[in-house]
Amino acid sequence: MEVACLQRRFIDLTATIFQQEILDSQFTQLQQLQDESSPNFIHEVVSLFFQEAEKLLNELSKALDQQIVDFKKVDAHVHRLKGSSASIGARRVKDVCIAFRSCCEENNKDGCIQHLQQVNQEYYLVKSNLEDLLKLEKQILASGGSIPTMK
Amino acid sequence: MTVEAEAQFHVLAVDDSLIDRKLIERLLKTSSYQVTTVESGSKALELLGFREDQSSTPSVSPNQHEIEVNLVITDYCMPGMTGYDLLKKIKGSSSLKDIPVVIMSSENVPSRISRCLEGGAEEFFLKPVQLSDLKRLRPHILKGKSNGKEQKPEQQQQENNNNNDSSSISSGSSNNQSNKRKAMDAMDEGLSPERTRPRFSSDSLTVV
Repeated sequence: MEVACLQRRFIDLTATIFQQEILDSQFTQLQQLQDESSPNFIHEVVSLFFQEAEKLLNELSKALDQQIVDFKKVDAHVHRLKGSSASIGARRVKDVCIAFRSCCEENNKDGCIQHLQQVNQEYYLVKSNLEDLLKLEKQILASGGSIPTMK
Repeated sequence: MTVEAEAQFHVLAVDDSLIDRKLIERLLKTSSYQVTTVESGSKALELLGFREDQSSTPSVSPNQHEIEVNLVITDYCMPGMTGYDLLKKIKGSSSLKDIPVVIMSSENVPSRISRCLEGGAEEFFLKPVQLSDLKRLRPHILKGKSNGKEQKPEQQQQENNNNNDSSSISSGSSNNQSNKRKAMDAMDEGLSPERTRPRFSSDSLTVV
């Protein structure tokens, strides 16, 4: 009963995440790359993503706080964040980064600040959803169940 | 049997992003390649035993390189040395030029793609790289192998190469014939019809 309930929640959460494009098919690809020879792959990649994203968001905040903004530097950070989010399938974060880069190209400080706010929001959204998802997985496995595969 | 053959292929992956290195490593391992990852072009060249002044053909000695690789896959956008710079260094080195190089980029810039392919890259992959993209690596690796870099009898039997004794790189005409056959074998190997661009370099029947 417990397991079935957890599995139900997992299925629902996954459906929502994908419907809202918080994650996309790239994440599914990553899930498929995890196997017995590399059982912690997702956990490792996700952790790396969190670390890198938070560092970049910090740097962005500092860079945009300057009197004279170095837009090249800002753009470089956003480019980096765009790449990492694309690699992990964090679709909405990636999409905001794309728009963010346009502001950098236009040397638009206000636009950049707005987009930084947005990207922060999207990042924390994907972070909490991933954490919930991975937690459910752990609980399911701990209860002896198997992770439902979504195709 | 095929697993054994594929375990010999060693790919060097170059990317400044830790996440992307992790990803490409997993993709390559899943495809049964041996993998080494480095974070920069200069590290890659160091590992490959690149020597700046290598203009003359070196005496054939496998210990010249720090490691033997069958293919280099590199990100384009990297600080310092770009993937393109790395490509040019490799292709300009007499000892390394036969190593196939594949370039990856998150940005779909046609001029960038042409430049890389014209510079000698075998393929250009858009990031994030997919498992199916890696299937396109095999023909290039096999081509590199049959240029006499490795001497594994089982491998060559499998590939139906008649260039079995690579120590005797002899008459030009017989080499030309086998080059043509290799190119055709590579094409028969099942190159996927969907490519990033029409091929005009090493896989065509013009013998280099």
